[in-house]
Amino acid sequence: MAILTAPVQALAAVWSMVVGLRVTITNFFKPQETIHYPRQEVPPSHLDSFRGHIELVGTDEDPAKARCIGCGLCAELCPSFCLKVVAEDLPADPTVSYESHNGADQLMPRPKFKAPPPSQAQPRKLLSYHLVYHTCSLCGLCVQNCPAGSLRFSHDVYLAGASRGRFEFDLMERLRGQAAHGGPKGGKAHA
Amino acid sequence: MSWPAADPCQGLEGDLYARVFAEGARDDTLILNMGPQHPSTHGVLRVLLEMDGEYVMRAEPVLGYIHRMHEHMAQNRAYVQFFPNMGRVDYLHALAWNWAWAGAVEKLAGLEVPRRAEYIRVICTELNRVNSHLLWWGAYLLDLGAVTPIMYAFEDRELVMDMLQLITGSRLTYSSFRFGGVLTDIDTEFVSRCRAFLKRMPERLEMYRELVTGNAILRGRLEGVGVIDQMTARRYGATGPVLRGSGVGYDVRRAEPYGLYHEFDYAVPVHHDCDCMARYMVRMDELEASLSIVAQAIDGLPEGHCIHPDAPRGKWRPPAGEVYFAVEGARGKIGVYLASDGTEIPYRVKLRSPSFSNLSLFAEIGQGTLLSDAVAILGSLDLVIPEIDR
Amino acid sequence: MNGSSLAAVAPELLRLGVGLLALVGFIAANGMLLLYVERKVAGHVQRRPGPFEVGPHGLLQAFADAGKLVGKQLATPAGADGLLFWAAPLMAFMPVPLMFIAIPFGENLFGLQTNLGLVLILSFAGFNVLALCLAGWGSNNKWSLLGAARAVSQAVAYEIPLLLSVLAVALMCGSLDLRQLAGSQGGWPWQWNVAVQPLAFFIYFVCAVAETNRAPFDLAEAESELTAGVHTEYSGMGNGIFFLAEYANMIVVGCVATALFLGGSQGPFAPGPWWFLAKMYLLVTLVIFMRWTYPRVRFDQLLNLNWRWLMPLALVNLLATALAVKLAG
Ligand code: SF4
Ligand code: SF4
Repeated sequence: MAILTAPVQALAAVWSMVVGLRVTITNFFKPQETIHYPRQEVPPSHLDSFRGHIELVGTDEDPAKARCIGCGLCAELCPSFCLKVVAEDLPADPTVSYESHNGADQLMPRPKFKAPPPSQAQPRKLLSYHLVYHTCSLCGLCVQNCPAGSLRFSHDVYLAGASRGRFEFDLMERLRGQAAHGGPKGGKAHA
Repeated sequence: MSWPAADPCQGLEGDLYARVFAEGARDDTLILNMGPQHPSTHGVLRVLLEMDGEYVMRAEPVLGYIHRMHEHMAQNRAYVQFFPNMGRVDYLHALAWNWAWAGAVEKLAGLEVPRRAEYIRVICTELNRVNSHLLWWGAYLLDLGAVTPIMYAFEDRELVMDMLQLITGSRLTYSSFRFGGVLTDIDTEFVSRCRAFLKRMPERLEMYRELVTGNAILRGRLEGVGVIDQMTARRYGATGPVLRGSGVGYDVRRAEPYGLYHEFDYAVPVHHDCDCMARYMVRMDELEASLSIVAQAIDGLPEGHCIHPDAPRGKWRPPAGEVYFAVEGARGKIGVYLASDGTEIPYRVKLRSPSFSNLSLFAEIGQGTLLSDAVAILGSLDLVIPEIDR
Repeated sequence: MNGSSLAAVAPELLRLGVGLLALVGFIAANGMLLLYVERKVAGHVQRRPGPFEVGPHGLLQAFADAGKLVGKQLATPAGADGLLFWAAPLMAFMPVPLMFIAIPFGENLFGLQTNLGLVLILSFAGFNVLALCLAGWGSNNKWSLLGAARAVSQAVAYEIPLLLSVLAVALMCGSLDLRQLAGSQGGWPWQWNVAVQPLAFFIYFVCAVAETNRAPFDLAEAESELTAGVHTEYSGMGNGIFFLAEYANMIVVGCVATALFLGGSQGPFAPGPWWFLAKMYLLVTLVIFMRWTYPRVRFDQLLNLNWRWLMPLALVNLLATALAVKLAG
């Protein structure tokens, strides 16, 4: 039997190759998918949802002033330790002791003063807000958990730089710059 | 004084530290290091081959080149802070890992997930699975020497990534699940793009069939190669398409249902030939199954919240206890074992990655094959190296 | 040597010298052209533009790459046999112009008129395998060695059906002179040898792809298995010369196929070298398309295909041809 089926199979094999060639040849004549980047860009509808680095959201009255209340929750939640919030200090209450979560306070000498825990009740004045973008994992925890709705993702797709310093942002400054250039006012916190 | 003449190792070679001894290489064989930099080990896997001409006498995978201590990292951070890691364990099916983690913690704390969130999870996890299988398909064909299919696969992947970007904001290492739901809701834009994609795919799959699946060379390369019988697959704990290609219809979505998978009607493709072609066909059929799940989920999308209003936010303390939660990833069963002592950070986390078990099969079935077959077998296991090392 | 014999020899020598020089130029130009065509085909097949940035539509890309290759350091790997290692690319390239010499591009456009043109080409083609062998051995690299071993058995195996299929045509026309072989066919496709000998053409084509180490038979290079096979250790122009030789070999097999099977420079109207080139480039383009379509065959399948299919078929074809010639004659 093999002597009968083998030629048929061989012909089927050759035919399958012709079919494959037909696919590539039809594709050869189809238009290209490439977007020639510096000359063309991806349509903006595909970029809206892009998560760039995070940025501060200005208040409705004054776009140069962030909504942030300086609670420090974002910096505490960030898994990559890439946020630094500097807010005006409130006098610490020495009578209250704040337990640390991992039992380290049993091992460590107790500090005399401790920063109060993040709290919405006591808005503090934000002095500066630093983002070290090169370690950010874009998890969105800071944006999701900000009690004041003061964070969102920017849409800067084409951010590029040759040094680490290029990716370290002072977001307060950025916000002021944006406001001066008539950037987005207030707006949605969640991207 | 002289040393005893007898060889204390009795001709065996090995590692005193790990106390693993085995017969050394023969004199007339060639030792070949495939990897850690080799085009078809897909990353930093190293396979130590003992070759006789083109035949592989022995194959020994060497791991650890990309070990990042994900489990230990989990034990040093709050529960929610571990999400970004999950996308990096398996960058191709990040959302399944997201789900495994979210599911484990939800099971531990008894959190409720709104129906809409469950649907969104199903939709984007299945889209992610399509994405993963498409990339596997392209890369596998690249291993087999066909350069073009991966470009076609990327054409489709691009659309999926655009869609997933709408929900998750990222294109590869997603971390968009949260305890009690998902981070962002899906909008009409997503739904319309998704429908367009679902309409487009059958035609594309037909093209893939013509270009690749039916091709005589490909069939010759895959049929009868790398046969893993049922028992062997079971013995090594293989899961996913590798196991289903060996004729075992085990799918975590069916066997240990989670989420709302029981509400969907889909096939669990099983092929009984146990060879590379069977695994190939399982994945190609799964593409269709996943697309049908997405279609059903899109049509039946319920209204509601995308995250439970009372879901824990930020750092919180789940109750003490231990749980094991498994989901079906593109490569097989993803398991998360989680022990909590009631503090803000997990006490112990163990990740079960499917690629690890699947890879260990290679040492056995790689024996006695040709080098080209070894490449085909390695590819058919669909390994993601970061997942193996974790 | 007296004057009269010099005068008798000189025109022939002159023709040979000029022909060789022109052919080297032709080969180099073709290398550039084919590199460009291959990339463009690959690009368009994969729905992308291919080279685009250097020059209009990337036309100058090949030149830029040639410049880059020439400018690169020639590194000899540690422990390699320097002599063999560097002899290999030269050995791959040197026979190539000699193969072109007997090809009749047109009625009167050829380097050398010889009644053994076909044998000349086939014998010089054999050098390529020696070059790959030396390259593989001289590199002191295990991947290269495996590639060389593959190359040798592949080339040796596929030479036989190639010869047999060519022989069938030669038998039919009773000549080994390519010019005569080409000239014996008419202008229209049904007057070409391919119409009489389709099986021989098919066998020849498959063998030619295998002989030139092109995908799907590119086992000696097999990027995803052997990293780059015999070329793994070559840098700069070493690699460049191998490439040039590969493309030149493609052209040679295309030329031979055109002359033998596709009517050479004959055409339905205005016969001339352009017909020859057009047919040859069409064949070469087909080979390029195949590279971007198919997966690679496995080594044993490659040999099986040869010994179990091509060889018997070629033999049967040859016998049938001989019988037919005898009966008709
Ligand atoms: S969480 Fe929001 S309000 Fe608190 S410090 Fe961060 S940005 Fe400011
Ligand atoms: S997105 Fe995640 S990693 Fe990035 S700054 Fe916010 S919390 Fe940190």
